[in-house]
Amino acid sequence: MKFLVNPSKFNEVADYIFKPVLILSIVLFALGLLFSFYLSPDDYQQGSTVRIMYVHVPSAWLALLTYAIMTLYSILALAFRIPFGFIFNTSVAPIGAIFTLICIISGSLWGRPMWGTWWVWDARLTSVAILFIIYLIIIFMNLSFENRIVREKVVAIFILVGSINLPIVKFSVDWWNTLHQPATISKLSKPSIDPSMLTPLIIMTFAFMMIGVAIAILRIKTEIISRKSSLS
Amino acid sequence: MSLRFQRLLLILFTLIIIFSAVLLILYNTRENVSYFYTPSEINKSDIKINKIIRIGGFVENDSFKKISSSSFEFRITDEKASILVTFNGILPDLFREGQGAVIEGMFVNNDVFNANDVFAKHDENYMPASIKEGLKDTGYWNKKYK
Repeated sequence: MKFLVNPSKFNEVADYIFKPVLILSIVLFALGLLFSFYLSPDDYQQGSTVRIMYVHVPSAWLALLTYAIMTLYSILALAFRIPFGFIFNTSVAPIGAIFTLICIISGSLWGRPMWGTWWVWDARLTSVAILFIIYLIIIFMNLSFENRIVREKVVAIFILVGSINLPIVKFSVDWWNTLHQPATISKLSKPSIDPSMLTPLIIMTFAFMMIGVAIAILRIKTEIISRKSSLS
Repeated sequence: MSLRFQRLLLILFTLIIIFSAVLLILYNTRENVSYFYTPSEINKSDIKINKIIRIGGFVENDSFKKISSSSFEFRITDEKASILVTFNGILPDLFREGQGAVIEGMFVNNDVFNANDVFAKHDENYMPASIKEGLKDTGYWNKKYK
């Protein structure tokens, strides 16, 4: 597992898995979209609009997952002085931001016909909007320091502080009355979704995950190269 | 104690402090964070007339009345209390009896709530339309789903 903390080991593994990951993501997207549009049934209430969920839910999950991994890498980088954590956070923040944006836009498109509004300021939607703003702040902080050593530490601390938002996003629908529905799929109970609709959801989640990993590999490799060239 | 372990402890300790601070704030402001009141919460509290609030619950069965083409009357319930709502405007697609809804507006007197906006609330259940028909045929259809 050295490649998760060591830049040169990471480069070796990345060269090896990049193409398979990219091909896998393309295959999964083709399969997932086929399932989403043609091989899954209409919902009993929402009709065809339910298909927006197959983009909305995976992107929401991955927006949260990306931030959670960034939090872990911040702890690694700050406590154990592992520079790869800083490299990872700089490279991956825009990917998380894009996932959050996809989640917000697709949710908005779903909300208009289903709820009757594009946007409301309930706890779930507001906390996801804050997650997006946190991602943007991380990106802008990464662009705005002269001194790289200082910048990395400040950003990592900011990521740690911002991680308080993750449980708020996740549990907002349970803690408060919200317009957004509570979680359909949780580990503790049988999901209240039919298997014919769960299949495209899971395929799309893995497709999003793989495209995320592929872009992350490219960005991390670029970041490693640019650091090496700025050092020499 | 090694230096890295000290740093790790410092980080975890700071995180715990920040988390508890934010959670305490949110816990103590939960009534303002909640997007709507339920009818039984309204009955317990003294909500002022002519103040814009949101109430949420289910549209009571057999309570929906169409007064004119764009004017409606229905009751919102949480199975403990219910509130009479009047509304002028366009209802969302998902709106029907038995369905969750959130209503923004104000009490015009102690009993009648006048809505400015009606949002349908979707539940966490997803089910193919064909299964609904099957359930109805065999009589296993849960009436609450509508």
